Amino acid sequence: MELTLWTYEGPPHVGAIRIAASMRDVHLVLHAPQGDTYADLLFTMIERDGRRPPVTWTTFQARDLGSSTAEMVIETLRGACERYQPQVLLVAESCTGELIQDQPGALAKGAGLSAPVIPIEMAAYTRKENWGASETFYQLVRGLLAGRVPKPGEEVAARSPERPPSVNLIGPTKLGFRCRDDVIEITRLLASMGVDVNVVAPLDASPRDLLRIPEADANVNLAPEVGDLTCDWLRRQFKQPTISTVPMGWGATQDFIAEVSDTLGLEIDPKSIGGSRLPWYSRSVDSTYLTGKRVFIFADGTHALAAARMARDEMGFEVVGLGTYSRERARDVRALADEYGLQALITDDYLAVERAVAELQPELVLGTQMERHIAKRLGIPCAVISTPAHVQDYPARYSPQMGFEGSNVIFDTWVHPLIMGLEEHLLTMFRDDFEFNDGAVPSHLGAEGGGSQQPESVVPMIAPEPSAVAWAVSAEKELRKIPFFVRGKARRNTEHFAMEQGLTVIDVETLYEAKAHFSR
Amino acid sequence: MSQVIARAETHSMPAVATERGERAVFCGLTSIIWLHRRIQDAFFLVVGSRTCAHLLQSAAGVMIFAEPRFATAILGERDLAGMADCHEELDRVVSELLARRPDIRRLFLVGSCPSEVIKLDLANAAARLQGLHENRLRISAFSGSGIETTFTQGEDQCLASMVPDLPAAPEADQRLMVVGTLADIVEEQFRRHFSLLGIDEVDFFPASRADDLPSVGPGTRILLAQPYLSDTVSALTKRGAKLIAAPYPLGVQGTLGWFQAAAAEWGSAPDAVREALAIPIARAHKSLAKVKESLQGRSIHFLPDSQLEIPLARFLRDECGMSLLEVATPYLDQSLMADELRQLGEGVSLIEGSDLDSALSRVRANRPDLTVCGMGIANPLEAEGLRTKWSIELIFTPIQGFDQAADLAGLFARPLVRERQLEVGSWS
Repeated sequence: MELTLWTYEGPPHVGAIRIAASMRDVHLVLHAPQGDTYADLLFTMIERDGRRPPVTWTTFQARDLGSSTAEMVIETLRGACERYQPQVLLVAESCTGELIQDQPGALAKGAGLSAPVIPIEMAAYTRKENWGASETFYQLVRGLLAGRVPKPGEEVAARSPERPPSVNLIGPTKLGFRCRDDVIEITRLLASMGVDVNVVAPLDASPRDLLRIPEADANVNLAPEVGDLTCDWLRRQFKQPTISTVPMGWGATQDFIAEVSDTLGLEIDPKSIGGSRLPWYSRSVDSTYLTGKRVFIFADGTHALAAARMARDEMGFEVVGLGTYSRERARDVRALADEYGLQALITDDYLAVERAVAELQPELVLGTQMERHIAKRLGIPCAVISTPAHVQDYPARYSPQMGFEGSNVIFDTWVHPLIMGLEEHLLTMFRDDFEFNDGAVPSHLGAEGGGSQQPESVVPMIAPEPSAVAWAVSAEKELRKIPFFVRGKARRNTEHFAMEQGLTVIDVETLYEAKAHFSR
Repeated sequence: MSQVIARAETHSMPAVATERGERAVFCGLTSIIWLHRRIQDAFFLVVGSRTCAHLLQSAAGVMIFAEPRFATAILGERDLAGMADCHEELDRVVSELLARRPDIRRLFLVGSCPSEVIKLDLANAAARLQGLHENRLRISAFSGSGIETTFTQGEDQCLASMVPDLPAAPEADQRLMVVGTLADIVEEQFRRHFSLLGIDEVDFFPASRADDLPSVGPGTRILLAQPYLSDTVSALTKRGAKLIAAPYPLGVQGTLGWFQAAAAEWGSAPDAVREALAIPIARAHKSLAKVKESLQGRSIHFLPDSQLEIPLARFLRDECGMSLLEVATPYLDQSLMADELRQLGEGVSLIEGSDLDSALSRVRANRPDLTVCGMGIANPLEAEGLRTKWSIELIFTPIQGFDQAADLAGLFARPLVRERQLEVGSWS
């Protein structure tokens, strides 16, 4: 039993719904009670989908238990087949369905349905949403393609020289982070290299499209949380190589171009393939203030890894914390954290993440919606880089994270929560001016509710420790001369320092001693 | 049963059709969202699965609440396989929780689908934990499971679980108990209005503090603020309380009828009530008139969801001039709804239960001006060019009473006003 306030991932059957909802002509029957139908709103409200997820629920009740739940499954399967006429019917159960052991997969196989059935085992009590998505997609691809796997010794037909090289984009889904725009961006990027996209899946694919997967020269594993298992199977069975660089960030996009070229045997100069404004924006003088900004990163594995590289190598930040809730990606994240001299935070305990942020006091948090709330409580700027996401993370505008435009978008997204170079300079100059008082929030943060606009229900989850040291009036006065946006940090550092030194009163000297101590 | 004011209108009751099939409603756990805002020192610990935790954080968009007073103890494979003793595990989780939240005065252990299916006895656990934390807080259990409760019925189970803790009232005292969660602002208004009627012996249940438990006894008169509280009413009547038959305080007529029913118990005539409340009534009529223009003559279809459908339909037809194409409710308690059903009268298509696909087919065929539905269905219907009102907003917004009547109508008017105003295309 595990105490949970917020969860980073939903249950595995929500992952199954993500696959069904991403695709066309697939229908999912879930053996689950009525309350589980809330999952519809993830798609229709959070992602504003105009289509209900293609899911029919058995919605059994207590009175059905022990007698008629198995009949309900068969009835529901028949009804769904008749009404929706899917090319493939997926069958799974939610956590409660799993407990009553009706085995809907077996029931479906024996029900003489008009559509081919692919049952998915969900393991609701050990697994989570991304696993469920990955497993469902894998079972679907395997179920459709297993009969077409080349026999041992049989050669896969070579692509005819008239046809341009092509790849599949594997992994993007509904409720992923900016998947819709990433697919567009990467398709454009590949087109500029003369590479066709054969199939994008699961997003917008039909089962018939999945049958064409083997026709491509390689698979781009665009969302490893969902695509790993499938890409691996395709590599083993169809000898399709996997392109595993996730093109997120300027450097990663260069690497991606190189990997695609290598894999497909193309002669391409990466410099000839469009470009990004990120390198120049990062080198322009206004960005010098970004140097060494302490950032904390927590996201799904893919976005955490990409963000860490961008933060250090492309923005000039100092990464002070790196972690993920994706246990499947723990090894990769640990390896990168090692390289950065950090201890990776691998957890799905929201409170552990909050403690880490509170201890590290970073100047910028790059995280999920959960970290946005942690950061808000702690008064730290934050940008959302990964799911779990909220309605605002599905913007109307084109805002990919991948490719060159993606790196532009990310540059803006990370810089906006910070006080910009020019603004920082002006704030210092005019700090006693009435418009630049302590309550004034950077102009662009008006909506983020800094300053005095804190929501009434905001209570720190971790109570601030009562300070054991007192501030002399003179020191307090001196402290107020420090610009407000670093004052909190100065106060904490000074108190920390004073306690370490065993002081009970902080005077002006202590303040400057502490400043010297922490400036290293 | 107490004397019910005889109504001038004697309409026949509408016929109720029953539908069975796929349901698209929240489970009772969703009630935690508004209950924890109401009872400000209570904590709700769901004993369930990751799905329960995910529901709570998704369904209400509760990520906006910085500090939740609810959590989920997620059952793992070890618990299900019997490798861990669920009760020991629960004790550990509760101790962990209480150590972090010393301000909590009441803890609810909330049953879920998985805990019900594995027959985890949470009432027993609550009693045991109460022994461990005797002087610290009260602990009780109720079920919010989706196999037993639908959406608002979670509140019913929660309140019913508190009834045994209510102190006994002296035999002779006649006191009014308003039952059902209301917003603080509505409670204050109602107190003022009761005071105008000379009724000062009023308790609200639940109160905003867990320790403010109203006493109950033969002198207690129950006035329901919410229509979905069947089990709470029967628990209270077992302790001697009497239910006042009344409409629900939605709209001017509903609110007036509600006050009149209560006042009759204190010996006031209906006209005296109307006179005493003349000012708020006039004010409500005035503000309602403006909103009514947008609703007059428009048609509405209720998909089954909150159990508020029947009084809402009555209000929208009788006070806002809308026509009712279909009124469906997930569960109908004929006795608690008797007054409302009489007013609704014959000729209304009334459905209890749900068969989602056929209900949606009827919506598509009838193309109502407005469809009231759950959140998961709203945008898909909008994408088909139909205007909707998602019903969970009706639970979170203060809508009861005279001064909220226009706000209530406004919730339904806004999608229609918006439709007139927008000059853009649709979903593609």
